[in-house]
Amino acid sequence: MAMRKIAVVLAATGLGLAACGQSSGGGNGDTIELTITQNAIAGGKNAAAAGFVANWVIPKFEAAQKAKGKDVKVKFVPSGVDDEQYKTKLSLDLKSGKGADVIDIDGIWAGEFAQAGYIKPLADVVGPEAESWDGWSQIPESVQGLATYEGKKYALPIGTDGRVLYFNKTLFGKAGLPADWQPKSWQEIIDAGTKLKSSGVPVPIQINAGTAMGEATSMQGVLPLLAGAGGQVQQDGKWTGASQALKDALGLYQKIYGGGLGDPKLQQEAKGRDKSFQQFAEGKIGILMEGDYFWRGVVNPKDGVAPMDDRDQNVGYALIPAIEPGKGIRGQDFVSMSGGALRTVNPNSKHPKEAFELLAFTLSPEALKEETKDGNVRITPRTDVNKEILAGQPLLTFISEKVLPLTAYRPPVAVYPQVSVALQEATAAVVGGTAPDQAAADYQKKLEGIVGGAGNIAS
Amino acid sequence: MTPRFVLGRIGFYTLIAVLLAFFTIPLLWLVTAPFTSDPTYEVRWPDFTWENFQAVVEHPYALPSLWNSLVLSVGTALLVVVMAALAAYALSRVRLPGRDALLYALLLLSSIITGTAAMVPLFQLAVELNLIDSQLGLILILTGGLLPAAIFMLKDFMDSTPKSYEESARVFGASPLQIVRHVVVPLVRPGLATIAVWAIANVWGNFLMPYLLLSDVEKQPAAVITYTLYTEGGQANLRMLSTFGLLYSVPVVLMYLFVSKKYGFRFHGGIKR
Amino acid sequence: MAQAISPPEVLDDKAPGRDRYSSDAAGLGRLRAGVFVAPALLLIAAFLVFPALWVLYLGLTNYRLTGAAAAEPRFVGLDNFLDAIANPTFWNSTWLTVQFVLGSAVIGQVVLGFTIAWLLRDRRGPLKRLVEGLVILAWILPSAVVSFLWVALLDRDGGTLNALLGIPGFPWLLDHPMLSIIIFNTWRGTAFSMMLYGAALGNVPPSHLESARLAGASGWQQLRDVVFPHIRGHILTNLLLISLWTFNDFSPFLLTAGGPDGRSEVLAVHVYKVALQSGELGYGAAVSTIILLINLVVAVFYLRLLRSKK
Repeated sequence: MAMRKIAVVLAATGLGLAACGQSSGGGNGDTIELTITQNAIAGGKNAAAAGFVANWVIPKFEAAQKAKGKDVKVKFVPSGVDDEQYKTKLSLDLKSGKGADVIDIDGIWAGEFAQAGYIKPLADVVGPEAESWDGWSQIPESVQGLATYEGKKYALPIGTDGRVLYFNKTLFGKAGLPADWQPKSWQEIIDAGTKLKSSGVPVPIQINAGTAMGEATSMQGVLPLLAGAGGQVQQDGKWTGASQALKDALGLYQKIYGGGLGDPKLQQEAKGRDKSFQQFAEGKIGILMEGDYFWRGVVNPKDGVAPMDDRDQNVGYALIPAIEPGKGIRGQDFVSMSGGALRTVNPNSKHPKEAFELLAFTLSPEALKEETKDGNVRITPRTDVNKEILAGQPLLTFISEKVLPLTAYRPPVAVYPQVSVALQEATAAVVGGTAPDQAAADYQKKLEGIVGGAGNIAS
Repeated sequence: MTPRFVLGRIGFYTLIAVLLAFFTIPLLWLVTAPFTSDPTYEVRWPDFTWENFQAVVEHPYALPSLWNSLVLSVGTALLVVVMAALAAYALSRVRLPGRDALLYALLLLSSIITGTAAMVPLFQLAVELNLIDSQLGLILILTGGLLPAAIFMLKDFMDSTPKSYEESARVFGASPLQIVRHVVVPLVRPGLATIAVWAIANVWGNFLMPYLLLSDVEKQPAAVITYTLYTEGGQANLRMLSTFGLLYSVPVVLMYLFVSKKYGFRFHGGIKR
Repeated sequence: MAQAISPPEVLDDKAPGRDRYSSDAAGLGRLRAGVFVAPALLLIAAFLVFPALWVLYLGLTNYRLTGAAAAEPRFVGLDNFLDAIANPTFWNSTWLTVQFVLGSAVIGQVVLGFTIAWLLRDRRGPLKRLVEGLVILAWILPSAVVSFLWVALLDRDGGTLNALLGIPGFPWLLDHPMLSIIIFNTWRGTAFSMMLYGAALGNVPPSHLESARLAGASGWQQLRDVVFPHIRGHILTNLLLISLWTFNDFSPFLLTAGGPDGRSEVLAVHVYKVALQSGELGYGAAVSTIILLINLVVAVFYLRLLRSKK
């Protein structure tokens, strides 16, 4: 009996080795099978996007192809986990010559994926039609930059975003601050915080810091401040070390968290960002630096994670000022940071032309309009579409028209995530009481280890 | 009833009460939050809504993923138990060269394979063997990782069972396989059950390997689905998480109750010397 | 191992140089024994030894998940190990791991597991089943669920513990991150030790305990002179396994994410952060190798300690 069991097990093992995994490819006849993947899943993370692809894009695209006499079958491969885990899975797939035909990646991964050979220039994978896609003319230069690496287009951008200062108008009213507040320097932010504090607001200012919030600390914290002080993490191929701009940015952290204007504990908790959302919605936070996601997905009265019924009346927003007028990057008065996702054709795709057609279809005006219907509005990459769908969306219009022209992007290179962690650690140190100069010096030391020596750091 | 005895009793029950509290209090959230309309991390008296359960039932992947968890964990547990029992028995009764050193080395190596750093080798191995997107492939990989510890525990168990039964069975002309089946297995059954539950619990909670090796969401287990119950910005959907968490826990609890009732649930059970 | 597990009397019976297994009760013979072991060994070779050796090799390269080093990894010799040794984060993690293993496994799980097993040793009935059931429940629940339970327990604002103690706003996970994860892991893992000691105590002949009691031995003396010698092998097995598991336990990540500011970043969490979040797989593999070496030292230490002390 036991022998038989062993035999069964061994046979099963053999079978497993021989028979499994003939999952993709292999269409019969001239049916073209395509797969498309996003970090989205019905009933979970980014459910709306998953539903849109499954219920609108796929049937419409298949029908359009059929009308052209082509038999195309498209399958959506959902994911919906942590971005880092999605990235890991995607990397492993792409490395092994697998993965869906059309894939979504975060714009910040473009450089490292390109360096690794996981993604290739669209012109090489697809052909000239990728360069001559009619949508490019509708996409602003800066947004195209998200999908560009070393002068070549690797993907189509599928959207962008921007950061602003949100504030609670009720709390502002009590503190004697204007409802149309627009600070012009960091000092004015501090002044507003001080007034809020004396009027009894528990957390006058929340600017993300520390490692617990991860990339949120960089994007909604140290990077916009760095830009406001005239600095960038990387400029002309050289990394910025313990520059004056970084010291200034860290100095603002010290003023806020050392001066009782922010809650240092909130920066350390593993779920601190969620808490900051909750507290803003409960009227405990006066000023909060966040992206447009905060408006769309957090305080959204309809389906936000911390809904505010009176969002439209009670939540104000302002541009992030430079340390002093004219002292931001490029001599700007105001600054912001932007990111955005990309969609591209897997270099391993058996049908790159059709895959690109599918990709372009998801970014056609009609698809973008459909996707952003029913309160699911976001800033699309296309100006022609944005004009139409952002009407009646004051915040998104504000970001699209006022913020995007002055925004900045992160360097799309493989070591950026580590540099970002080092920056987060610098903010954590300052919140914990280290002097900004010391934290900046420590950052420079770490940076040297990450980017391969002092030679790659601008002096 | 000496005063000392009374004091002892009081001490005993106090200690038991503290232990019960320690092990119960963390569980409170799991039994209240799913029945609360808008659960937070606070443990509150629920308003006994069934909406959260309805949401889970309507979720396209939630309930099927529990089935997948079952397939993966039971499949792995079966393989682990059968293979580990045979190996442990042989290692316990026959001195094979380098036996102990081999076992220790494997046990130590098994620790590296459960770490994050092993994901690339395991993934590429699965690609080469065409085991990607195959539940069976995943079962084999998980089994490989659990076997050393299982053999290690079961060998202890086998070592402590008396050999006299086997000797007498042999006198009656039973073959070694018959002896294993009819003499050894009944003796060590609680141990086998324990190893099975241990293996199931291990696989039941495993996220990273199933996520990396199974692309098809229809094959993915509950651990993976649990990690998708978040919003775009990474906020936990506590309604879904608490409710699905409860449903996700129930099968392992039922399995424990079943196993402990049917086989007993301990290591060197039954044998008194 | 077998010798350590067996009761001392058996060991004493054994004449030096004589192999007690040569009798081979089941008449298995080496060949059949080999056949019994083969399926397990095959799977282990394919899915454990081979990838594990691969990890050891990766530790000698600058391999990364993405970027240029993903396309063409270079052999860098011991650079990763030297980097780790020069890295204060690594030493911080090592020290925290030592605290974590000592606190939650060697002290927490062993002491609590033994205490429960000892308290319930002569009991039958619902109370025993209830206690054991709850302890085992903590052990078998999926970690994704358990992490939420503990966040709900220790949360600063709405947490159950603060509500019970009447200290709202006390940040357990921030002010005492190590204590939190040590207690968490004690809660989580005690079942294994409890079951093992429960079984071990069943092997202690009641007559020995009885005579010790009649001779006027105190409770502690009974434990030391009668119980301990009988269960030494079980203690060894237990310590080995739970230390190994705790060294590699990644679940503190779900509670504190290694924070605040790395104050609960045990080695397994460190590897996760390095390998998965930063994509430095070569370095992560090297740290995994170091964990393996530490485990080796710990295992040898336990074997020495419990074998010699006779």
